[in-house]
Amino acid sequence: MIRALAALLIALLALPALAQDTMPPAPYAYNQLDDPRLEAEASALMHTLRCLKCQSQSIADSDAPMAGDMRHQVRARILAGESPDQIRSWLIERYGDYVSYEPEVSSTTWPLFAVPVLVILVVGGVLARRLGKRRDDVGERA
Amino acid sequence: MRSRLILWVPLALFAFFAGLAGYMLTQDKDQFVESTMIGRPLPDFALDPAFEGLPGAAKADFGGEPKLLNIWASWCTPCIAEAPQLDALKAQGAQIIGIAIRDRPEDVARFLARYGNPYTRIGSDPISEVQLGIGSSGVPETFVIDGKGVIRYQHIGDIRPDDVPMLLAELEKAR
Repeated sequence: MIRALAALLIALLALPALAQDTMPPAPYAYNQLDDPRLEAEASALMHTLRCLKCQSQSIADSDAPMAGDMRHQVRARILAGESPDQIRSWLIERYGDYVSYEPEVSSTTWPLFAVPVLVILVVGGVLARRLGKRRDDVGERA
Repeated sequence: MRSRLILWVPLALFAFFAGLAGYMLTQDKDQFVESTMIGRPLPDFALDPAFEGLPGAAKADFGGEPKLLNIWASWCTPCIAEAPQLDALKAQGAQIIGIAIRDRPEDVARFLARYGNPYTRIGSDPISEVQLGIGSSGVPETFVIDGKGVIRYQHIGDIRPDDVPMLLAELEKAR
């Protein structure tokens, strides 16, 4: 019984290894573009795109086959003359802004940008009032 | 008295956020990234046959009746689990077009010989290009495509027996 259980456990552990393809990576998955300027653009973009299989990594950091295929898309599209912003929007169109690490102002994220500005304004107001008062005090004493 | 109470507000806020963080840590994480292409047309594509037995797949093949688009691979273990359900869908009249992700012809043929062939066509997508084009983030996934080539529904993960009636209903809805 225990042996059967152990065998089952080992079998379960082996599954993730099976779930990998044996195909060679896409042409631009691990090959840089020849033009260093374009490669720099592609690389900067790849660091800000989320790997869909390994969601806490960027596609630049991941060895998942799908991340390789996404890098191929990025490099091939940069080479074809698309801008990084166009490629980012192409992916956001398909997967939502979840795929991008670059924060964007949208109907759901605007409070993240508005709250700090509000806090700074409030703090500025309070400080101005207090410091203003103190100056008056000093003025009266003098 | 009132000003004394106000002093506790920051601590209360902190406790609330700490509690919320603790609670969220115990919750299951939603691992699925849903496609945002529902309601939009398929991108243009034309894929070569994935093996000798069936023709390849192109956008033009989605016309007339609504069809299922099954994203799968011979190396994908859950795809074995959903094979009987695809057969059941086919038996009940669904037309299924497959796209094999990062696959080899001999592996596709071996998989179909072993687990059955519910497909009318299978295109080969060796660099996941069509998969990325329709917002799919893994294998297996099944899309309902209507007669105009518009994506109407996405099912993520293997099809379980109780998903079969639901997918047939989605096909009917896409008519």
